[in-house]
Amino acid sequence: MNTVITERHTTPDLETDDHRTVGDYTLAEPRFTCRHVNVFYGDKQALFDINLDIGQREVIALIGPSGCGKSTFLRCLNRMNDIIEGCRVEGDIRLDDQDIYAKEMDPVLLRARVGMVFQKPNPFPKSIYDNVAYGPRIHGLAANRTELDEIVETSLKRAGLWKEVKDRLDHPATGLSGGQQQRLCIARTIAVNPEVVLMDEPCSALDPIATATIEQLIDELRSRYTIVIVTHSMQQAARVSQRTAYFHMGRLIEVGETTEIFTNPRHPLTEDYITGRFG
Amino acid sequence: MNKTLETVQAGLARRRRRESRFRWYGRIAIFVSLAFLAMLIVSIVARGHKAFWQTEIAIDVFLDPEELTPPTREHLAKADLTGLIKQSLRQMFPEVRQRRRKRALYRLVSSAAPYQLRDYVLAHPDRIGQTVRLWVLAGADVDLYQKGYVDPETPESERRIKDYQIAWLRKLESEGRLVLRFNRGFFLNGDSREPEQAGIQVAFRGSLYMMVVTFALSFPLGIAAAIYLEEFAPRNNVWVDLIEININNLAAVPSIVFGLLGLAVFIGWFGLPRSTPLVGGLTLTLMTLPTVIIASRAALKAVPPSIRYAALGIGASRVQTVFHHVLPLAMPGMLTGAIIGMARALGETAPLLMIGMVAFIVDPPQSLLDPATALPVQIYLWADSPERGFVERTSAAIIVLLLFLGIMNLAAVLLRKRLERRW
Repeated sequence: MNTVITERHTTPDLETDDHRTVGDYTLAEPRFTCRHVNVFYGDKQALFDINLDIGQREVIALIGPSGCGKSTFLRCLNRMNDIIEGCRVEGDIRLDDQDIYAKEMDPVLLRARVGMVFQKPNPFPKSIYDNVAYGPRIHGLAANRTELDEIVETSLKRAGLWKEVKDRLDHPATGLSGGQQQRLCIARTIAVNPEVVLMDEPCSALDPIATATIEQLIDELRSRYTIVIVTHSMQQAARVSQRTAYFHMGRLIEVGETTEIFTNPRHPLTEDYITGRFG
Repeated sequence: MNKTLETVQAGLARRRRRESRFRWYGRIAIFVSLAFLAMLIVSIVARGHKAFWQTEIAIDVFLDPEELTPPTREHLAKADLTGLIKQSLRQMFPEVRQRRRKRALYRLVSSAAPYQLRDYVLAHPDRIGQTVRLWVLAGADVDLYQKGYVDPETPESERRIKDYQIAWLRKLESEGRLVLRFNRGFFLNGDSREPEQAGIQVAFRGSLYMMVVTFALSFPLGIAAAIYLEEFAPRNNVWVDLIEININNLAAVPSIVFGLLGLAVFIGWFGLPRSTPLVGGLTLTLMTLPTVIIASRAALKAVPPSIRYAALGIGASRVQTVFHHVLPLAMPGMLTGAIIGMARALGETAPLLMIGMVAFIVDPPQSLLDPATALPVQIYLWADSPERGFVERTSAAIIVLLLFLGIMNLAAVLLRKRLERRW
């Protein structure tokens, strides 16, 4: 965190039990537009009326205490919630003005455009090469072996892993270290050339050095992809993101420029969280 | 010293005692089960190993051209081969004159001897007219005596083998005409009323064919059902729950009920022939399927969900996710389940009795539609036979069944090792 906040800057007319979103959630040229998103797990409502735009080539961090719904929201963006039994998503989520929950939208196609990196590194129990090549293979992105080799090399280079593994591409991916595995998962995700990369606490299972590598990588990837990252670490949010959205108990409380949120939070709940008084 | 420390220390000795006691319980339990296993194997092997050897007697037979030409199967079926055998026995023991003694002499060789003579003539038609030395099976009583099953202390009247017969055997032995040979007939013959001629070929083939049918049907069907139920079927659905409960119940149904079902459906309704490995295999499939499904589902459940997320996350469809990632990881567990189910099916007797695989069958089945028996049924049949010679054969058949099981399990272990090596 860059700044230590000692006194309250928050708008005086806002109360902690006021859960309307503070800040401008709209963007001029959004990639994702989410309007009135409600998510239910069975009878339990997990997200309440979320409105948020996600821009082109930006890193947006979703922060908030455990169980606030940030991961749930992230999983709405590539319909990973579909596979959870009893999960229901209401509202309107558009990717490049296309309703991703429309009947004619194929989740397979969506997930090729919106890749995902998970909390725990989850490489396939196959070789390093096969891990990266799997996406291009099932989508038929490479016409021949040479093209596939190229895709694998580029992806591994972009994920900053090429130098470490180029001599042992046929080795099992499960033999890599945790940080390397996570970068491999990132390489696997970007091998299908997605437009958006979702990251669900990608560093929570990694040591500080591996975390630093991944954070640097996220910064580099920003030039090509939109990145939505869920994180528990406010320092990480401050370091890697341009915009930040703060979730609290299923509601989007505040959204804005990261520097703005961390130096000058407007909602008392946000302030409590980032100053460590809560969360 | 503070209070906590004191209290903990006071209880430490007791805790340690409890721990070592528990360790000893475990050791004792393992020892007892191993001891029982050893007892089982030792008693079966002790009783059965001699059945792999068979007493044979060499007789000099004059291949009488009058009787044996032309040497065709049809002609030899009518020829008096028994007479030729008897004649050569009489020539070997010319001093035997009494009719009862002669009959006792003829009983030294098995009733299979004329067939052995026939096979010899068919194989060597050029020897007709000569006197040849032919090794034939000894009679069951001789075989038992030679293997030491007859206590010489028993009064002669209570023995099936008399003193004068023993004297003949001694003479044959001194001439090198009486030996114990490896019992090929046990593996090559079908069932017989005469213990010395009885073999497990029919039962072995029947069991093998049934296993092939059972595996070919229950493995793919079971895996398909498990994949659907585990990966695709909706959760918390009444019908899915109902199916699940029924599969679990079916796994616990007594096997004889499956035999009745097989009788009614496959024989009664479909009209398939009785006593055949096909019907047996189908019936055992019914029995094995629930086990395979349950084991396969457990194997699928054990695959970490993160693998599924990873595949779905880069846009694999659900079928691709299952077949590219989940199934290879679950395969070793599925195979183990299938082999356990198969092993149970291999040892099953009750359902096979219901579909008529308990018949007396001499000719080995050539296809799935020829009548056959199965190894456990053969064991059951022999255990029930009054002839003394079947006792060791029963044990020998059990040894073969256990070996069959062992080979199946070994194959499963090797297969699993191979599959698991692909990380």
